[in-house]
Amino acid sequence: MATIIVPDHTSPVEDAENLRKACEGWGTNENTIVSILGHRNAVQRKQIRQAYEEIYQEDLIKRLESELKGEFEKAVYRWILDPADRDAILAHVAARNAKSDNRTIIEIACIRSPEELLAAKRAYHFRYKHSLEEDVASRTTGDFRKLLVALVSTYRYDGDEVDVSLAGSEAKILHNMIEGKSFNHEEVIRILSTRSKAQLNATFNRYKDTHGASITKSLSGNPADEFSEALCIAIQCIRSPQKYFEKVLRNAINKVGTDEDAITRVIVTRAEKDLKDIKDLYHKRNNASLEHAISKDTSGDYKIFLLTLLGDPSLILYYLS
Amino acid sequence: MAFPQDIDALTKAFSGFGVDENAIIWILGKWYPEQRRSFRKGCSQFFWEDERLFERWDDNHIAFLEREFLRFKNAMVLWILHPWERDARMAKEALKNREYDILIEIACTRSSEELLGTRRAYHSLFDHSIEEDVAYSVHDNNRNLLVALVSSYRYEGPKVNEEIAKKEAKTLWEAFKNVNKNPIEDGEVVRIITTRSKLHLKSVFNHYKVVSGKNIEEDLEEDSSLKDAIQCLSSPKAYFSRILDIAMMGGADEKHKEALTRIIVTQADAYMKEIAEEYLQQYGVSLSQKIEETTKGNYKDFLLTLVSRGV
Repeated sequence: MATIIVPDHTSPVEDAENLRKACEGWGTNENTIVSILGHRNAVQRKQIRQAYEEIYQEDLIKRLESELKGEFEKAVYRWILDPADRDAILAHVAARNAKSDNRTIIEIACIRSPEELLAAKRAYHFRYKHSLEEDVASRTTGDFRKLLVALVSTYRYDGDEVDVSLAGSEAKILHNMIEGKSFNHEEVIRILSTRSKAQLNATFNRYKDTHGASITKSLSGNPADEFSEALCIAIQCIRSPQKYFEKVLRNAINKVGTDEDAITRVIVTRAEKDLKDIKDLYHKRNNASLEHAISKDTSGDYKIFLLTLLGDPSLILYYLS
Repeated sequence: MAFPQDIDALTKAFSGFGVDENAIIWILGKWYPEQRRSFRKGCSQFFWEDERLFERWDDNHIAFLEREFLRFKNAMVLWILHPWERDARMAKEALKNREYDILIEIACTRSSEELLGTRRAYHSLFDHSIEEDVAYSVHDNNRNLLVALVSSYRYEGPKVNEEIAKKEAKTLWEAFKNVNKNPIEDGEVVRIITTRSKLHLKSVFNHYKVVSGKNIEEDLEEDSSLKDAIQCLSSPKAYFSRILDIAMMGGADEKHKEALTRIIVTQADAYMKEIAEEYLQQYGVSLSQKIEETTKGNYKDFLLTLVSRGV
């Protein structure tokens, strides 16, 4: 479930005007920005951008980029974009950067629906004059490349049809690879990157039924190389995205010198989807609310913005005051 | 007794590509039992004397006739189908029959959005994605290339990075020169061919000619998936024109003959004009004329109508 709190009636024109006022003159009124944008869904944000462009002949995004700074600016920038555009930008940054950012690409490839992934790839063409596949492919090698490119290229069947006996045979192939009995990466890549999510989850269930432990448990522990790590992430993303994101948040918060990038990415991309479920999982796992952890670990406007997206009820009073 | 020229005409009417329905109606329709009998007795290529004393029709020829009668119907059905459904059905059939060249043709000559549409239709028709079926059914070293080709969603804009194209041309050249490794198993070759935009690849192929002195196709083994893919990507009209010629050659087998319907129908609204021009240039005879000479009846008329739409 989503966490953002959105009022019943909003006026894009009014919002655009108020945002303009917040940016004019000395300094910027960050509170206004958070209290408006933090309470608008994707459709409304798009309408606000359009209204702003019509009234002021200026791109709201560019304006905000120049007015805001630091982690707050990064978060607002990602939040205000169209989801497809956002994914394209996240993927582009990840494709160019260090290895650890390949998580982002796997997340986008495995957690988005087939249509959302397609929209992201289109947005990527438009923005970068390249396909996501060619950028990912040209910066990676070996089996890791094969897996990543395959995951990004796929357009999975999105129906519920499942072949039960196939689930059994493919669970076996996965098991053999995990147990180290076979080094046939081709088959594992084939299964993970072409089968529908329904089929894969049926396969993972068969795995658990047959071998006692879930496939994600069997994969835990330090991965031997970037291929195994990618495999692990992909399987987690397909099997239980919320658990995966809880872990990403937990690691980002516990890390020495918080990983704001990861926190921003998870909260911004899931606030309108399943952040509530992720929050609940976090609470169960860490005996503390996610809001509390974020409060302790971040500061300033960035913190307020994150808490707003998290639907923190105490903040409503903050705005009214 | 049947007139020898009628027998001749009738034999011709169902001996080629499609059937001459008119000849059949006007000759055969008039024949009495003795005429039909003398036809059977005189036509040893279709009939033979059974031990129980009757002229028996050769099974192979009956099967042949069935196919030829169906050619018009198949062309018509293919023409009516939504292009996405058409490509999806053809892909499924091609996969079943291990006709990888048809898969490559669809994956490489359609635009990015057309291929996407095909993949959508495939979901609807077969409850699977095309890539999962290809990956599951292909077991030889063609698999990686084929899966990547059917999954491609290429950038279609004008931007090309010449430096990279030059570098990649060299990469391909070195891969093809390497006698120890089949280029189709080379990750870099597959990466370049299956992810780069078509415009970028054109530049790569141009640079290749500079680096190697030859056209890229000349450095590739005949009858390889890689060669088919590169041909389709670098010059679809030359590829189509060549396949058409093979289809209409005397003695062509069914697999090659089918290509005539497939290409004329799928390209009638796309590259038809360019293909006809290329065909004339390559083979010295107009495509329409060749079709007129090689095919018959309704099938012929249908094809000619499709061809003349674009030219």
